[in-house]
Amino acid sequence: MADAASGEKTSVTITVDGREIEAKPGEMIIAAAERHGVYIPRFCYHPRMRPVGMCRMCLVEVVGPRGPMLSPACFVPVADGQVVNTETPGVKKAQDGVLEFLLANHPLDCPVCDKGGECPLQDQTFAFGPGETRFVEEKRHWEKPISLSALVQLDRERCIQCDRCTRFADEVAGDALIEFVGRGAEIEINTFPDEPFSSYFSGNTVQICPVGALLAAPYRFRARPWDLEQVESTCQACAFGCRIAVQSSNDKLTRYLGLDSDPVNHGWLCDKGRFSYEAVNSALRLGHPLVRSGSSLAAASWSEALDAAAQGLSDARTTFGAESVAVIGGARLANEDAYAWAKLAKGVLGTDSVDCQLGDGLPPEVVVGLPRATIDEACSASSVVLLAPDIKEALPVLYLRLRAAAVDGKTKIIELSPCSTGLTRYAAAVVGYAPGEAAAAARALAGAEPAGGNDAVEAARAMLGDRPVVVLGRPSVAESAQSIVEAAGVLAQLPGVRFLSALRRGNVHGAIDAGLAPGLLPGRVSLNSAGDWFSRHWGSVPATAGLDTAGILAAAAAGNVHGLVLLGADPLSDFPDQQLARRALERASFVVAVDTFLNDSVQHADVVLPAATFAERPGTTTNIEGRITRLGQKITAPEVAWPDWMIAVELAARLEADLGFFSMEEISEEMERLAPAFAGVTSELLASRPYRDGVVIPLREFPSPTRPTTVDSTADPMSTPGVLHADDQGPTEPVPAADDEGDEVEVSPSEVPGSDGGANRPPLLEWDGRVEPVTLPKPDAYALRLVVGRKLYDRGVLVQMSPALAPLAAPPVLRAHPSDLDRLGVKSGGQVRLRSARLSATIEVQADPHQRRGTASVPYNVPGLDTGALLRADEPVTEIAIETL
Amino acid sequence: MAGLSKENLERARQTIALYPQARSAMLPLLHIVQEQEGYLTEEGMAQVADLLDLSPAEVYGTATFYDMLFTHPVGTYLLSVCTNIACLLNGGYELLEHAEKRLGVKAGGTTADGRFTLEEVECIGLCGNAPCLTANWRFFGDLTADSFDTLVDDLGAGRLSETVPRHGTLCRVRRSVGLTAAGPKGEQAKPPPEEAAAPASEAPQSVAPGTHDQPPSREGAEKAAKQASEVPKTGDTASDQGSGRRK
Amino acid sequence: MATSVDPIVTRNIGNPESWTLRSYLDHGGYEGLRRALKMSPEEVQSEVDKANLLGRGGAGFPAGRKWSMLRKASPSYLVVNGDESEPATFKDHMLMEEDPHQIIEGTLITAYAIGAAQAFIYVRGEFALGIERMTSALNEAYAHGAVGHRIFDSDFSIDVVIHPGAGAYICGDETALLESLEGKRGFPRIKPPYFPAVMGLYGAPTIVNNVETMSNVPWIILNGGEAFAAMGEAQATGTRLFAVSGHVVKPGNYEVELAKNTFRDLIYDPRYGAGIRGGNQLKAFIPGGASSFWFGPERLDMPLDETKVKGEGGSMMGSGSVIAMDENMCMVRASWRLVRFFQRESCGQCTPCREGSSWLEKIMRRIENGAGRTDDLDLLLDVCDNISPGVQWPSKWPPNMTTICPLGPSIPPPIVSAIGMFRDEFLVHIKEGACPYG
Ligand SMILES: Cc1cc2nc3c(=O)[nH]c(=O)nc-3n(C[C@H](O)[C@H](O)[C@H](O)COP(=O)(O)O)c2cc1C
Ligand code: SF4
Ligand code: FES
Repeated sequence: MADAASGEKTSVTITVDGREIEAKPGEMIIAAAERHGVYIPRFCYHPRMRPVGMCRMCLVEVVGPRGPMLSPACFVPVADGQVVNTETPGVKKAQDGVLEFLLANHPLDCPVCDKGGECPLQDQTFAFGPGETRFVEEKRHWEKPISLSALVQLDRERCIQCDRCTRFADEVAGDALIEFVGRGAEIEINTFPDEPFSSYFSGNTVQICPVGALLAAPYRFRARPWDLEQVESTCQACAFGCRIAVQSSNDKLTRYLGLDSDPVNHGWLCDKGRFSYEAVNSALRLGHPLVRSGSSLAAASWSEALDAAAQGLSDARTTFGAESVAVIGGARLANEDAYAWAKLAKGVLGTDSVDCQLGDGLPPEVVVGLPRATIDEACSASSVVLLAPDIKEALPVLYLRLRAAAVDGKTKIIELSPCSTGLTRYAAAVVGYAPGEAAAAARALAGAEPAGGNDAVEAARAMLGDRPVVVLGRPSVAESAQSIVEAAGVLAQLPGVRFLSALRRGNVHGAIDAGLAPGLLPGRVSLNSAGDWFSRHWGSVPATAGLDTAGILAAAAAGNVHGLVLLGADPLSDFPDQQLARRALERASFVVAVDTFLNDSVQHADVVLPAATFAERPGTTTNIEGRITRLGQKITAPEVAWPDWMIAVELAARLEADLGFFSMEEISEEMERLAPAFAGVTSELLASRPYRDGVVIPLREFPSPTRPTTVDSTADPMSTPGVLHADDQGPTEPVPAADDEGDEVEVSPSEVPGSDGGANRPPLLEWDGRVEPVTLPKPDAYALRLVVGRKLYDRGVLVQMSPALAPLAAPPVLRAHPSDLDRLGVKSGGQVRLRSARLSATIEVQADPHQRRGTASVPYNVPGLDTGALLRADEPVTEIAIETL
Repeated sequence: MAGLSKENLERARQTIALYPQARSAMLPLLHIVQEQEGYLTEEGMAQVADLLDLSPAEVYGTATFYDMLFTHPVGTYLLSVCTNIACLLNGGYELLEHAEKRLGVKAGGTTADGRFTLEEVECIGLCGNAPCLTANWRFFGDLTADSFDTLVDDLGAGRLSETVPRHGTLCRVRRSVGLTAAGPKGEQAKPPPEEAAAPASEAPQSVAPGTHDQPPSREGAEKAAKQASEVPKTGDTASDQGSGRRK
Repeated sequence: MATSVDPIVTRNIGNPESWTLRSYLDHGGYEGLRRALKMSPEEVQSEVDKANLLGRGGAGFPAGRKWSMLRKASPSYLVVNGDESEPATFKDHMLMEEDPHQIIEGTLITAYAIGAAQAFIYVRGEFALGIERMTSALNEAYAHGAVGHRIFDSDFSIDVVIHPGAGAYICGDETALLESLEGKRGFPRIKPPYFPAVMGLYGAPTIVNNVETMSNVPWIILNGGEAFAAMGEAQATGTRLFAVSGHVVKPGNYEVELAKNTFRDLIYDPRYGAGIRGGNQLKAFIPGGASSFWFGPERLDMPLDETKVKGEGGSMMGSGSVIAMDENMCMVRASWRLVRFFQRESCGQCTPCREGSSWLEKIMRRIENGAGRTDDLDLLLDVCDNISPGVQWPSKWPPNMTTICPLGPSIPPPIVSAIGMFRDEFLVHIKEGACPYG
């Protein structure tokens, strides 16, 4: 077959075991055969890594000019007319031989091995191997196991030297911290002495290890594979949306495994996501409603608590008006939960002061109203402009994808940043800027201002290409969103530009799309343009746009918020002005918290409603590119915790309103019908096998919005033992009969918004690009402008409630340019005093030549520094001074 | 260790400059560290990693592949006795046994005084003069028990200190020019003047200062140079010609 | 009876201070390079082609043909393989110590012929004196204007780097050598691509040639490819340097005309090996390095011609090392020691080689130490078969393999040969529980 346009071959035909199959030019025999149902055994081959052909398990006969030759199927590419035999006696003997060799030194401690029961070596020995051993010699001995890091242990006796973990660390993660050490039979995997394998991605090595050599410390000895039940889901530790298999035993989560979603995570997870199941299992989870009595919170029944909550909110509304009620939070929720809450807040309570972001993101009209790019589009664009937080810390697997694109040389990364980030190493150009001045940098890059002889800017400009993708988020929470918005407005003028959001919190994009944002209604429409439509269907909506979180907190601090709902929100630690948040919570007269933990902010609540969370309820979630995927339910919520949507329904009922749905299923039907961006996104579509990777909304906007998945989520079956397919999505979703061909789900054009059959749905919001320019204070020669970014491991509940992760949250380090340190007489590596108008603290200082002169970076919300207490929500930038102690 | 000496750091930089990609300088740099420290210290490996923009684990993983590179201390004199086929046929194992007795350590061990490390090695390419060994990679062939003892005595007494440099020193001749093919620009890569100063034709075997216990005088350098160009001898026991010389 | 031709690669050896530039120039040094620079690169290549100079590193691929396979892309590199670590092979060692200028001259001519951007000479790390002499020679050559910018005032410029190895036999394999030269572990590269000429150093087209191969080049340019091809026969042209060792009276390196001479000449001719020591009988000899199948005395008259050694003999001349073993040698011990060599030198990538070599070594050691079992011989042969499927006695060339590089299939030959030729000796070990040779 040939592509008519290019004349290039798009497929070749090879013969495997006498059967002709179609294969893609350049792919390896092992992959082509597998797609056609011929499984060639293997250990070292991994479809997402460079083949190395080391284990020799995949030997097959390829007929060549000199007759059939044993060749590694993982390394030999297909060729037209090639004849491959996988089952001849010669192949069988070679494979048996390799297995026998592997077992020669492999300990037979399967009964005490975590991998026992799901071990490819065990399975293949069972399936193909010899019944008894001819190896009577003494086996190799190593100390067992050793710790490679806090999370990963290694039993070197079990290692079969397949190079998977080391290749992953070097090639995929870019953290070449584990290596083959020694030679020949003495080869072991190890780290440099005393330098642990502290990679954000270390857990992947455990998952892809084909034997029980690499072990996850939190999982070790916790479960037997045959006791595990599992369901497919989407990780909620950040907004990237990695597909995972959630596994449980005895109604407790035991493990997450990365699934291979071709458009998203390629099978990888970060360690925070992978081990955050511990937080779900935490004994500190909220299981009972609580109602304030005096200075303490006391256990109450659901009806007592709901009555109290409804009473408080309704009092506020009747006494002070709907504007005195506000809702903060929602990124923890599933899309359906968020929709229910949006309907409750805007349709029932009548307030538009609803914000799922915590002052650390961007205005919702900017997030949804710019032309959007998918992750794949970003990773195949000729250039990617980063105007975002450190992607490695915020969206770790996006970091892997972008890094891979840069290392491949296909994509040039242009970083606009005041400091170094995880991607700086891979950036083709770095355009530095001082906090608050992002717009000027953007203008220089876009050519709106002369580059002024700045080589970096000139170079970056030359790399832009014709369809750049901008990864957009808040590089620093110590710099106002306004300045980033201004810069985004400039970049939006680049020809062909598209944007990929870098907001990081869980389902923040789903929450915005569901309407948990001021000025917006569900389905990416504005209150202005869609008010009528929703009034018609909901009964009423607020007349004017409400406040964002900063506005709500300011109003509360001024005594103007009388009913505040914290919907899985902890403004005291997340809002970048701790003092304001504290005053707000203290002065808000009535606070309802819907949460999973009794965090600092929840302690201020009058009513606490315990929510079910990840893996405890079904639903859907939306990632940074607008991809909707399904969440799986695997365990029951602690005690009497409820799903958030149900809390909304019951609260509404007590406010004498009927939300009109009694199940998730009904909510999703209503969303599909009413919320324009969700048009066509039916549960049947999402449940169908070709769309197991979800769909990007709105369905019409992308060249191939509903591109059926081409890669099996078990692309590397060895690392996802027992995971068969997406149909196993949890009990509450309808599962269509899944035969291989017949489950193509048609998306009818009449369901697509804006088209004829669209029933006059309101148009999707487009951002008008209007910005108010920021005025900055005059720079102070002795002050350093602050850059504040988040770390992967911080003081958030997910990390702190996961015993394996909590110790990884590192103490803060202040980074500044060496010349600034010299100027101030401060030594790199020592402790300094950091002073601002609001706070004085001691902190370790490090020189970093990538840090822009005149600026300093500190991390947000890590143990040892209350960064939030340094910042003021109403200041465009924050300045600090540092002094030697 | 306080890292590579200033001179060795300069050598390392010049070595890196010889290659289109820095990582290629890995083995030469590791030889420099070993020459200075006697073995590959962690600090030394970390410094090489730094110079080559690699992780220390990459350097460590690479170093441990190679037999000549030691990540643990070895004696001042590394005696490597060959027992491979040609030596086997000519008494290599008997020589090794004798060496173990004489030094009081098993192959792989180091004498208590830290002077000698004995190891059994694969063919060292002196098969025409089997049985044979290398002492810090200087060849000694046609050995007998007696000539082995003489060799150990001489080494121990420092009598061979110029023909058998102290531990680790692989090569006492320095490259005298950098890359020049690209023309005059390339010539800037010339090593420090003291080495370039000795015209290659006059002192072809120029021995760099700092590799001997005492910095050699000009005269000493010439003498050392001459010796370096000769095959080391131990009395009349060693091979009397270049290694593998028989024709 | 051995023929007598003037030596090529060893012609300077024995000259006083043969390794110095002065001595080299006194004996016509760098004239080949001067002549080559007056020819076009194609003409140089065609002379070497006419000579039918087979690579001397072991694989025996014609050098001229290899050069012509160089993928046309810039940059391309020349890498000279001086890693010689094959047991009982010590010819390159001698060439590097005694006549380094000849290698450098050959390297420069080759670099010119193939248009290389830079040349590297990878010298086995343990050859300290060789590295010193090669480095000195290079320094001299630079000073002489033979290397570097505009060589001998021609338009040709090239830099040469002497690169020390660090002790790993496998780095002799050209692809492992390239990895090592890139500063990595010496893991042989998996094929395809089959040739470094397509994808070599840093992914660029690269020619890898052996030190002895390079040493022949200046002579060929000076005397013409036809003169070279006039020596020897058909596919075995010119002379070759053989390393003769073991139980011969005069072990050493001997350059002899190919095809016209036999293994008997190498072992028995008084100018060469001069016979077996102590008047003993030859029991067996290894015709081409540790990886080759052994020959018994009945093969002594086999000519030194790779095609015949492979075709009729089922073995190979490989690295050109001939090891003679006399009647008093225990064949179990000899083959165990070679297996142990491969076990210690396996790079460890491929399961069959890494695990197989260790396993085989353990079984062989057990037999030699008297703890053998009756079914051990079948086990040995079957394990060998799992590394090199179809391996058999009498042997057949080429071997099949389940591994990435030819080291894997190099493990069986000593075992299969020893069992094939001396099965009784193994059985005595097993029955008597001890080595009859003590
Ligand atoms: C395990 C192994 C070891 C080898 N060792 C050497 C060696 O020490 N020297 C060498 O020149 N070639 C060696 N070779 C052969 C090289 O791969 C390569 O064929 C040769 O250097 C090419 O040069 P030539 O064509 O001039 O012979 C070895 C090959 C293998 C598989
Ligand atoms: S055959 Fe042996 S030496 Fe060759 S690549 Fe495989 S493991 Fe390494
Ligand atoms: S060699 Fe092909 S899977 Fe390992």
